[in-house]
Amino acid sequence: MPFAAADTLLILPELFLTAAGLVLLLAATAAGREKERTIALAAVGSLVVTGVLLAVSASTAKALPQAAFGGMFVLDRFGLYFKGLMLLAAAVTILFSLRFVGASPYPSGEYYGLILFSTVGMLFMASGTHLASIVVALELMALSQYVLAGYFKRETKSLEAAAKYFVLGAFSSGVLLYGISLVYGATGTLSLAGIAKALGASAPTPLLVVGIILVASGMFFKIASAPFHVWAPDVYEGAPTPISAFFAVGPKLAAYSIFARIFFVGFGPRAHEWTAIVAASAALTMVVGNVGALQQTNVKRLLGYSSIGHAGYALLGLLAYGDGTGIGLWSILVYLLAYAFMNLGAFGLVILLEAKGYAGESVDDFNGLSKRNPWAAAAMLVFLLSLAGIPPTAGFVGKYLLFSAAMKAGWFWLSLLAVLMSAVSLFYYFRIARAMYLVDGEGELYWREEPAVTAAIAICAAGTLAMGVLPGPFVAFAKSCLLP
Amino acid sequence: MNGLLSLLIFLPVAGTLAVFLVPREKPGVIRWLTTLVTGVEFLLSIPLWTFSGFRASGGFFFRETHDWIPSLGAKYALGVDGIAALLILLTTLLSFISVYSSFTAVTKREKEYYAFLLLLETGMVGVFCALDFFLFYVFWEVMLVPMYFLIGVWGGPRKLYAAIKFFLYTLAGSVVMLLAIIALYFFNTSGFLWWKGLGNAPTFDIVHFQTIASQIPPDLQVWLFWAFFLGFAIKVPMFPFHTWLPDAHVEAPTAGSVILAGVLLKMGTYGFLRFSLPICPTASRTGWVQLTVVVLAIIGIVYGSMVAMVQKDMKKLVAYSSVAHLGFVMVGLFALNNAGIQGGILQSINHGLSTGGLFLLVGIVYERTHTRMIIDYGGLSGVMPIYAMLFMVILLASIGLPLLNGFVGEFTILTGAFLANWRWAAWASLGVILGAAYMLWLYQRVFFGEMTNEKNKGLQDVNLREILTLAPLIVACFWIGLYPKPFFEMTAKSAEKIVLAVSAPPASESAPRYAAGVPAPPPPAPAAALAEAK
Repeated sequence: MPFAAADTLLILPELFLTAAGLVLLLAATAAGREKERTIALAAVGSLVVTGVLLAVSASTAKALPQAAFGGMFVLDRFGLYFKGLMLLAAAVTILFSLRFVGASPYPSGEYYGLILFSTVGMLFMASGTHLASIVVALELMALSQYVLAGYFKRETKSLEAAAKYFVLGAFSSGVLLYGISLVYGATGTLSLAGIAKALGASAPTPLLVVGIILVASGMFFKIASAPFHVWAPDVYEGAPTPISAFFAVGPKLAAYSIFARIFFVGFGPRAHEWTAIVAASAALTMVVGNVGALQQTNVKRLLGYSSIGHAGYALLGLLAYGDGTGIGLWSILVYLLAYAFMNLGAFGLVILLEAKGYAGESVDDFNGLSKRNPWAAAAMLVFLLSLAGIPPTAGFVGKYLLFSAAMKAGWFWLSLLAVLMSAVSLFYYFRIARAMYLVDGEGELYWREEPAVTAAIAICAAGTLAMGVLPGPFVAFAKSCLLP
Repeated sequence: MNGLLSLLIFLPVAGTLAVFLVPREKPGVIRWLTTLVTGVEFLLSIPLWTFSGFRASGGFFFRETHDWIPSLGAKYALGVDGIAALLILLTTLLSFISVYSSFTAVTKREKEYYAFLLLLETGMVGVFCALDFFLFYVFWEVMLVPMYFLIGVWGGPRKLYAAIKFFLYTLAGSVVMLLAIIALYFFNTSGFLWWKGLGNAPTFDIVHFQTIASQIPPDLQVWLFWAFFLGFAIKVPMFPFHTWLPDAHVEAPTAGSVILAGVLLKMGTYGFLRFSLPICPTASRTGWVQLTVVVLAIIGIVYGSMVAMVQKDMKKLVAYSSVAHLGFVMVGLFALNNAGIQGGILQSINHGLSTGGLFLLVGIVYERTHTRMIIDYGGLSGVMPIYAMLFMVILLASIGLPLLNGFVGEFTILTGAFLANWRWAAWASLGVILGAAYMLWLYQRVFFGEMTNEKNKGLQDVNLREILTLAPLIVACFWIGLYPKPFFEMTAKSAEKIVLAVSAPPASESAPRYAAGVPAPPPPAPAAALAEAK
């Protein structure tokens, strides 16, 4: 494989973050528990530096997209868009964790290191243009996350979450790898550009079709879409809440980035075949997620099912492949930005309420919040409206684009199903709004005073509203970050 | 008067922020501040009444256009014609009255209450001003949130159920309408499903869609029509989509019921006038489509009236009477002639005034006795003579007694319906008779006869504030009843434009009117129905 020293410059941000993760890991073992806060802030700082480095490498690159390492890695605006969102998600997660992990009986030294390693994996996923590099990056992300899910190692729920996540995750990785091997058998290459070339030249063989289905199944698992969604509610419920927030956003962003890249760039010529699979999964996912959420009384589980529903909406964007305007990918990019803001914000509120034991996890724990803390209730209301897709919030803009992408691509029945499911979703989101505003609270309100979390929530709320009221710049920016 | 509409939309938002700055312990300040904001808002909307342009042309005035989401073609575009102007005046008047009527009715969490009322006003005015579909949809949905909380926090015993039912029903309708908007958007540009697009620049401009209406193929129009229909019919509400209304109206606080009946239902009829008829003209005049809508409307009239007759709860009775009255409005609109449409618009206003008044009146006595059951009353005219008189006037307005507003509206609608199909008029007139029956029976049971309930002996008659809240409504009822000409003049030109849009072209229908690039010949003015109702 040709190797150019100049290529190393392109992955400088990722290299920096890896080094930062290693240093923090070592520093955490040397320092005591009282220094944990410093380590966490250093982790946030290293994420910020990574962001700056990304901006630098993007602006100094001769031209975008720029491929490196013999077609394993590419630096393009599409990947950079995702990387920005991933860094945001990771930074917000660490801010959420400050007091949460610090107050727990578990030392947090490895915790922040693992978040950084997982982020490195995600960053490489966003840039991967070769199935081998994508899989390696994906495993780096996933392995760190299995550990994070079970980080509260003496809590049964946390262990259960880790075990389920690991077993199902490993299985899905196997499925994905097997699919990749079949694709390799059919095309003779693992590079996405090469696959596209091979697929364009020949008729599909059963080998290839099975391969594509298996790869798609692996993707469905990672974005938690039906019928590979069952792990999500359990893991979201059991994992430490900041990690649930991270899982709901970070890995999903990464999975969407590779899903779009593999299927648009690699399997693009066979779009006719795979859109049918994606459509079936999208329909099933929207129904399972939204109907499943109706019965939930645990907010983390509810958000878990809601994120399944949202995965279904996002799949609509993938269906609009090949209409020439790029509206499908465009809508996913806009939607994921909205999704990151509103989901992180909603989980943040749960963290603030979770000051004692599992307080804050039940819908009833939100009772009367509007009187006890009007600002928190108002912020949560914004997130809920956005999740339900009510204007003027970011969620509406994202959903609008997704639904119109599906309509544009001719998936009328799916768009109808999507808008109706979106109306259904209001019912369960507004159970929380009802608890906050319409029901009087009783008993003691546990409340975690934590400026870092409050600040992160404020950023998310401001983002959700700004994107809803003035979507212009956000939408235009996303449009400039499409795949070629 | 550039920027007037923006001012009308955002003044209540500013009011909301101001209310949030007032400490919770000073409810008096909050009340008067909100009254001031809504009062100023009403005064600011008066130029819409005095502006002469609406009487000369059916176009849009007070227009404002700014880029909003350039990559989608969505604009911040505002503008009103005579119809929208009248509805905005109704909105600002009823908002002011609802705020002023809530002083003693609402005693908990005043700060949020008035903030939500102001936000609601923003949404309502915005819906009537928007000339961009995207913007329209945003306002249309925004309005649901404050209404949900008004019902849910300050409502009656079944408020939680009523609030979410209201929200879900309306949302289900509006998301289907959103699909129609998306389909229209793509048809205008690059096509949608199996319909070839027109290739225009992407836009959400409502006026533009009205001008390309003749190029939309009839089969697509039918789909669009029913998608819009679902959104608007739930809002109106038409039978069989009306079931949210009794719950929402009964459980809502008085001000909420006034706004719901007075303004929110009018958004449905406004939607039909602004979108369904002008954008899907061929579908609207298609025999079976028109007939379906009219039959549903007539079922609404008869069914609503009969259900109203057997209600034990005064508020519920008024709620079901709304179903009947709005059925009347819909018959007028779908007569598709000038008299019917003008009558429908005027009757929308009338319904807002009289039903708003009835809800206020029920609220007044409910505040004193905390019961709305008809059986708990009787002989009230003895202890509350002024109240009885005010109730009588509004009730007669609602029934449609000549010299009061209801008569003018109903008569005009019946004229229009008769011109379209005499059977429709015959069925619809059943509603007039039934309306008189349930309303007068209500009056008889509440105000006449022996005072059977001891508790009612000491009831206070209405006070000055309550009279003042009702006075504008009564003045307006008499005004429209005695001299409706200025009101008809406000809407005449716009109604003419709508009738022109939905009239069949002179050439045979078989000619493909939507052939790309060939502008449809301008249809002639429908001679028969033009001069009616003036």
